[in-house]
Amino acid sequence: MALPKPLNDLFRPPPTPGVLAAFSHLDTTVAAIKKLRAAGQTDFTVYSPIPRHEIEDALGQPVSPVRAFTLVGGIAGCAVGAWITLWMSADWPVQVGGKPIGSIPPYVVIMFEMTILFGALSTILGILFNVLFGARRTGTILYDPRFTNDRFGIFVPAGSDKVAKAEALLREAGAEEVRRG
Amino acid sequence: MAETPQPTTPTRVTYDYVTRTIARTLGTPSRGYFLLLGAAVALLAIGIITLLYLLRYGLGLAGYSHPVYWAVFITCFVFWVGIAHSGTLISAILFLFRSGWRTAVYRTAEAMTVFAVMTAGLFPLIHIGRQWYFYWLIPYPNERGLWPNFKSPLIWDEFAIGTYFTVSTLFLIMGLIPDIAAVRDLATGWRKKLYALTSIGWTGSNEQWRNFTGWHATIFAPYFVAGAIYSGCGMVITLLTPIRTLFGLEELITVKHFENLAKLCLLTGSIVGYAYACEYFIAWYSGNPTERAAFWYRAFGPYWWATWTMIICNGFLPLLLWVKKIRTNITALFVISIFVNIGMWFERYVIIVVSLAGEPFTKWTNAVYNPTWADWGIMAGSFGWFFMWFLLFVKNFPAVSISEVKEVLPPPRSKPSKAHA
Repeated sequence: MALPKPLNDLFRPPPTPGVLAAFSHLDTTVAAIKKLRAAGQTDFTVYSPIPRHEIEDALGQPVSPVRAFTLVGGIAGCAVGAWITLWMSADWPVQVGGKPIGSIPPYVVIMFEMTILFGALSTILGILFNVLFGARRTGTILYDPRFTNDRFGIFVPAGSDKVAKAEALLREAGAEEVRRG
Repeated sequence: MAETPQPTTPTRVTYDYVTRTIARTLGTPSRGYFLLLGAAVALLAIGIITLLYLLRYGLGLAGYSHPVYWAVFITCFVFWVGIAHSGTLISAILFLFRSGWRTAVYRTAEAMTVFAVMTAGLFPLIHIGRQWYFYWLIPYPNERGLWPNFKSPLIWDEFAIGTYFTVSTLFLIMGLIPDIAAVRDLATGWRKKLYALTSIGWTGSNEQWRNFTGWHATIFAPYFVAGAIYSGCGMVITLLTPIRTLFGLEELITVKHFENLAKLCLLTGSIVGYAYACEYFIAWYSGNPTERAAFWYRAFGPYWWATWTMIICNGFLPLLLWVKKIRTNITALFVISIFVNIGMWFERYVIIVVSLAGEPFTKWTNAVYNPTWADWGIMAGSFGWFFMWFLLFVKNFPAVSISEVKEVLPPPRSKPSKAHA
C-alpha cells in the first residue's frame, strides 16, 4: 500500500544495513550485549519475547519517560474535572437540596474519574509516542518471527566496512544464527 | 557457527511450549464451543425481545410497585459491577503483591472486567426507561445552554462507568499487544492480517519493552479497587474451568492456580460472612427498634428465601474451602463457584429490593413487589450478552497471556544461573 510521502518517511524509513543474530539463551544474549557495548556500539536493537531485567541492566537504558506523561495527564484530568463541574454549575445554576451552586465534595467524584481517565489515555499516548520515536531513530531493521516465541535477537547496524567485525563478535558471544541484511 | 549450547531447562513448559499451547486455543472451534456460544446467543435473544417489549409498553412490565422502584435491573447492575471489580483486583493488586501465579489467570480476569462493565453499563440505561434520552447524561453544549447536575449520583455513574470501561479496555488491549504479535508470527491467512494490524508493529525490541514495562507496573491500578472480590473470584473460577478443559491448558493453568483462587474466595467469603454477622449483632445490640425490625423482616419476612440463599451461599459455603481436598478438586470448586455467583446476586437483591420493601417508615405501603418475566428476561439477556462476548474473545485472542506466563518461567540459559531469577 502506497502512503503519502511524509507518512511514508515516518512509518517506512529506508532499510538499515546491518547484521541480525538469533540467540536461544538469555545469558549468551546478555554476553553479546556487553561485548557490543565494550566494543563501543550503542545503536543496536535487542529483541526478546519477554522483558528481562538482565537485558535492561546490560543495556543500561535510561528510565522510560512514559511516567511523566501519566503524571501530566492525571493532573490535567483533575483540572478538567474541576473546571467542567464548577464552570457548568455557574453557567446553569440549579439549587439542589440547599447545597451551594459550586459544591466541592460531590465534584470530587468527577475530578477523580477525570484524573484516572486522562492519566490512562496519556499513558497510552506516551507509550505510542515514545515507541514511534524510538522506531524512527533506528529505521527499518531486520526482524525474525521467532523473537516473539522463544528466541532472543540482536540487530547491529553496520555498513559494509564493519559488517564482518560485528558478525564475528556476535558469533563469538554464542549466537545460534547470524545473517546480513 | 559457534557450537550450539545445550538447553539446561529440563521442564516441558518452555517458551515455545507456552506460545504453541496458547496459540492452539485459537484453532477451529469444537462442537462444545458452538453449543456454549449458541446458548449465550439464545439468552441474549431473550433479553433483546424483552427489551423491545419494554420499549413498546414501558417499564410497567417490570414488577415495580411502591415503594420498590429499584429492583432486578439495579441488582443486576451491582452484580456485574462487582464481577468487574474483582477482575481488576486480580490483575492489579496481585501484580502489586508480585504474585507470580496471577500471570496464568489475569487475561481471563481482565477480559471478564471489560465484558462485565459492558453488561453493567446497560442496566442504568434500561432502568431510566426512556433509553433514547441517555445522552442527556453527557455534558455536551446544547442550544438551551443546559448542563447536567453534577450533584446527582446518576452523573457520577456515567463518569465512573465511562472511565472504568475505557481504562479497563485499554489495560486489556495493551497487555494483549505482545501476545498478538506472538500469534501473528505463527498465523497464516486472514488471521495473519488481523493480528498484523492489531499488534501495531510489535517486535519485542528493547525500545518497545522499555516504554511498555512501565505500563504494567503503573501505579494507578490500585485506585480502581473496591469490594466485590468474592463474587468475582467465583466468576473467574466459573469461566476458567471450561476454558481450561476445552482448550487443554491443564499444564499452564494448574490446580495450584485454582487453589490460590479458592483461598482468595475463602478469605473474602469470610469477610463477607463476618459482615453479615456484624450487621445482625449491631441491629440487636444498638437496641434501635427500626433497625431490629428491618433485620427481622430480612430474615423472617416475605423475602426470607432470598436472605437465606444469600447467607448460606456467601457465609457458610466458602467455609468448605478450609478443606484442602475440596480446594484442590476442580469439579467441587466449579460447583461452589456457581453458588457463589448465585449468593452474590441475591446479596444485591436483598440490599436493594428487600431494604426498600421492608422499610419500617413506610409500613402503611405494604410492598407487593415480585419480579416479572420482563425482569428475568432482561437478566437472562445480560448473561447471554456477557458470555457471548467472552466466548468470542477467547476464540479470537490469546485467553492466557503468552508473554507474562513466560516471565515466570526460568529463562533459557546455556549454563545454570547463579540462583536468582
